[in-house]
Amino acid sequence: MLLITCPWCGPRDEIEFSCGGEAHITRPSEPEALTDEAWADYLFNRTNPKGPHAERWVHTHGCRRWFNVLRNTATNEILAVYEMGKPRPDGEGS
Amino acid sequence: MAARYSIVSLVRNAFGYHEGWQRAWRSPDPKERYHVVVIGGGGHGLATAYYLAKEHGVTDIAVIERGWLGGGNTGRNTTIIRSNYLWDESAGIYEKALQLYEGLSQDLNFNIMLSQRGVLNLAHNLHDLREISRRVNAIRLNGIDSEVLSAEEIKAMVPILNISPGARYPVLGGSLQRRGGVARHDAVAWGLARAADARGVDIVQNCEVTDILREGGRVTGVETTRGTIMADKVGIVVAGHSSVLAAMAGFRMPVESHPLQALVSEPIKPILDTVVMSGTVHVYVSQSDRGELVMGAGIDGHNGYTQRGSLPVIEHMVAAAMELFPIFSRLRMMRQWGGIVDVCPDASPIIGKTPVENLFINCGWGTGGFKATPGSGWVFAHTIARGEPHPLNAPFSLDRFAAGKLIDEHGAAGVAH
Ligand SMILES: Cc1cc2nc3c(=O)[nH]c(=O)nc-3n(C[C@H](O)[C@H](O)[C@H](O)COP(=O)(O)OP(=O)(O)OC[C@H]3O[C@@H](n4cnc5c(N)ncnc54)[C@H](O)[C@@H]3O)c2cc1C
Ligand SMILES: [Zn+2]
Repeated sequence: MLLITCPWCGPRDEIEFSCGGEAHITRPSEPEALTDEAWADYLFNRTNPKGPHAERWVHTHGCRRWFNVLRNTATNEILAVYEMGKPRPDGEGS
Repeated sequence: MAARYSIVSLVRNAFGYHEGWQRAWRSPDPKERYHVVVIGGGGHGLATAYYLAKEHGVTDIAVIERGWLGGGNTGRNTTIIRSNYLWDESAGIYEKALQLYEGLSQDLNFNIMLSQRGVLNLAHNLHDLREISRRVNAIRLNGIDSEVLSAEEIKAMVPILNISPGARYPVLGGSLQRRGGVARHDAVAWGLARAADARGVDIVQNCEVTDILREGGRVTGVETTRGTIMADKVGIVVAGHSSVLAAMAGFRMPVESHPLQALVSEPIKPILDTVVMSGTVHVYVSQSDRGELVMGAGIDGHNGYTQRGSLPVIEHMVAAAMELFPIFSRLRMMRQWGGIVDVCPDASPIIGKTPVENLFINCGWGTGGFKATPGSGWVFAHTIARGEPHPLNAPFSLDRFAAGKLIDEHGAAGVAH
């Protein structure tokens, strides 16, 4: 079981949260100008790394606020919790 | 060439105190070059190699496995086999697989212990009932056996199921595929490995692919922990590690890896002679030949490569199982484990070409690819040998995502496998 630190409520069990998937995916500002490949890349392709992964979590059964987590998917170690809209704290590609 | 298994060989070896059995397959060092390298020694990779050799006469093949053969999802799954998917494309490939399974023990000369004991899907509300009727009709139109059962008919088949109106999850009916059932997962891997080896395929275990070599947009080989292996063609069949391998070859995938868990109880006397699954309350259960109840849960909500999964997912599943089968409440669970499943946005697999020439990929089987093992190998062997997909896997190309031709099987895949 993961122990996740909500920036507002502090450390809580994983069951209080829901994972919203990969973070830092920006909706294209002009979708109509994209090729089908670029649109599919935005919609479907995911980095899915084995290692540090930036992802969105929401404290569903708590304050219901969203935030980002940097978690190692190979070990489950939580490396950082940070605000949405802020860049990845490890400086890796967004 | 391995000796054939038969009643005669069994008797002969019994007289020799079973000390004379040969190894079922060799353990060769990798050569410097092969015509085809298959990455991943799970059921799908081994089936690919087997059918390449058997159906296409290609025998200069290496199957490269990071760990031990069948140690990935092939050896971790709950072994449910069925072909009752909704769409025509899925019906084609899953039914092909089921038909191959029906002849596989004979074909491989290896008992895969296929037991067509039926797979039941429960309906707990009106929506479930209507959806089940719709699916059964679609499935039958594709010539695949499937039928709707009433709650009483289900109770007659599975007397221990709680169908009382006061049940928390009332059972209103369900669907049944009688040709569905289970098979022994290890036997599928071992039988395919032995048969592929007998046709000259090199199975190289404890050898991890660390890079995919390319030249001018074409694959030329792989870098491994046991040296460089050159190849004319390479097939990636690594389930949960598909994105990792794709990244080595420089392209992105619409796949995410999640832990999926299962658990078994202590062995008990025969009590359940079919497979019962409920997509709505998230549980499915069957009884193994050893008497253990085998239960499966859903995936963890977050990505992961840890092969263990979260406890809340197991708790949720066990709670549902207790409601459906109150009689199980005092059983002890013995083991619990996880595998890393490769989930696609439309819950359908990807089998075909990649942006790199002569590099092919077979993945995205997610929570339900054991049932597809021989069919997947059959079409992937064709794809690698001819450089073009078989009609059965053409709809499952990687470019269906850009084309918008998704094959949505969430309803058939669900938690259920
Ligand atoms: C708990 C659980 C229950 C399931 N229940 C069912 C079920 O009831 N019915 C059903 O149909 N399906 C079920 N599935 C899904 C099914 O197990 C898989 O879809 C199927 O087994 C995939 O087979 P595979 O050969 O593609 O993958 P795997 O058996 O995982 O084989 C892939 C292999 O690739 C190897 N590999 C990875 N990276 C590398 C590398 N870099 N170099 C070399 N080798 C590498 C791995 O070690 C692994 O052995 C279940 C899965 C799980 C986890
Ligand atoms: Zn909170």
